[in-house]
Amino acid sequence: MSAVRFTEDHEWIRLDDDDDGTGFIGISDYAQEQLGDIVFVELPEIGTVLTQGDEASVIESVKAASEIYAPVDGEIVAVNERLVEDPSLVNSDALGEGWFIRLRITDAGQLDGLMDEATYQDFVEDLE
Amino acid sequence: MSSPAPQPNRGSETKRTPLHDWHLALGAKMVPFAGTLLPISYPSGIVAEHRHCRDAAALFDVSHMGQLHLHGDGASAALEGLVPADIVSLAPGQMRYTLLTDDSGGILDDLIVTRTEDGLALVVNAARKAQDLAHLESALPAAIAIEPLEDRALIALQGPAAAAIMAEHAPRAGALDFMAAAALRIVGTDVTVSRAGYTGEDGFEISLAAGDAVSVAQALLDHPSAAPAGLGARDSLRLEAGLCLYGHDIDSTTTPVEAGLAWTIAKRRRRGRGFPGAARILRQISDGAPRRRLGLRPDGAQIAREGAVVRDRDGAEIGRVTSGGYGPSLAGPVAMGYVARDAAVAGRPVTLSIRGKAVSATLAALPFVPHRYHGA
Repeated sequence: MSAVRFTEDHEWIRLDDDDDGTGFIGISDYAQEQLGDIVFVELPEIGTVLTQGDEASVIESVKAASEIYAPVDGEIVAVNERLVEDPSLVNSDALGEGWFIRLRITDAGQLDGLMDEATYQDFVEDLE
Repeated sequence: MSSPAPQPNRGSETKRTPLHDWHLALGAKMVPFAGTLLPISYPSGIVAEHRHCRDAAALFDVSHMGQLHLHGDGASAALEGLVPADIVSLAPGQMRYTLLTDDSGGILDDLIVTRTEDGLALVVNAARKAQDLAHLESALPAAIAIEPLEDRALIALQGPAAAAIMAEHAPRAGALDFMAAAALRIVGTDVTVSRAGYTGEDGFEISLAAGDAVSVAQALLDHPSAAPAGLGARDSLRLEAGLCLYGHDIDSTTTPVEAGLAWTIAKRRRRGRGFPGAARILRQISDGAPRRRLGLRPDGAQIAREGAVVRDRDGAEIGRVTSGGYGPSLAGPVAMGYVARDAAVAGRPVTLSIRGKAVSATLAALPFVPHRYHGA
């Protein structure tokens, strides 16, 4: 499985196994834990072009609405329609079935600015 | 992602309840609420806690709420000068839900008043406690002593199994009428048990000395039907039950009539007009209020939260959402808000503006989930 990179805002991006220049984006296990039960996911339009830090999606938990930001520049090539019917996939499998969008990455160099899993775990521990 | 980070548990001004360490031992996530750290949820999560309250019994720590006592001859008559409820006719052990109103008919707080053997016990909102105290001190005659009860805890046990649990500890508790209170002894402790709550379910509130809170809470939780629940579930339960949250659904800009709380204004008090804001409130009762609090059901899964604008199907603004969230018992979004009088008709389709998007919704009667109070 490809390496996952994390942002300080608790998004992750995982490069596609076929190395076709796309990546899947979701939120970390820590983030879903903080949000609690997720009850709604607002998915963006396929074809939307995002700049790093742009709002990519909005999720609603029982506590609050939160925006998901694009970890890198890119164009949305797919969205996880399963989240419309079952937003709780984000709780049950945040790093797998609970992905939000698939992005065609336009600036792969930005990935180097994100954290690897071990660094992210340290980052999260410092928050607690 | 925007701010999922935990609330920092620091700041000397943030108070802790007598059950603080007990919550932590149960794995609670603590958040500051009205100046007190309280559990927002336990490891089972808000939705499971909410459902447990509707299906069995949930235990809440509501020790942050302000408890005070009024002593002195004429305390009931004096308090009637500040609220529109019938307080004078309360027998010892009877309770009323009422409102502190201001001279323009706005709501300063909502509270529960219980007649005790030697005065009145008041439970007020934590966020309003200081203002309420100042208001009572300036408005009540000097002969009425106002005593804030600082070393008390308040535990709520709510849900259809609550009565059976309470009866195991004190048979008399299970026999209490809705909105009645009694001094009882449970788990070797002197407590005041009232049959009341804010979830729409049958339930109890137990006022007790701070030092006894852990042993009583644990004894109640030891029952297999009981589970702890936090602020998150408390909010979704009261929202489904159509109950107001002060500072959101009611405040000094809303009147009891607009809020749908005119039922709290006793007939005798309507005739006597001797409460703050009576002129405006009574005029609204006879002529109608310019807006009404109503329920809202968004058609899809999108959550409507406080501040969302309500529009009619022609796009004209007719109101605003004051509380909204996910209703686990309805498995979908629920909200309440104020809607202009002419448009305030349950069943009417409306449009909500949520983050710039139009979401279709339907005006609904409250409550969303019928109350199941004892004997009601």
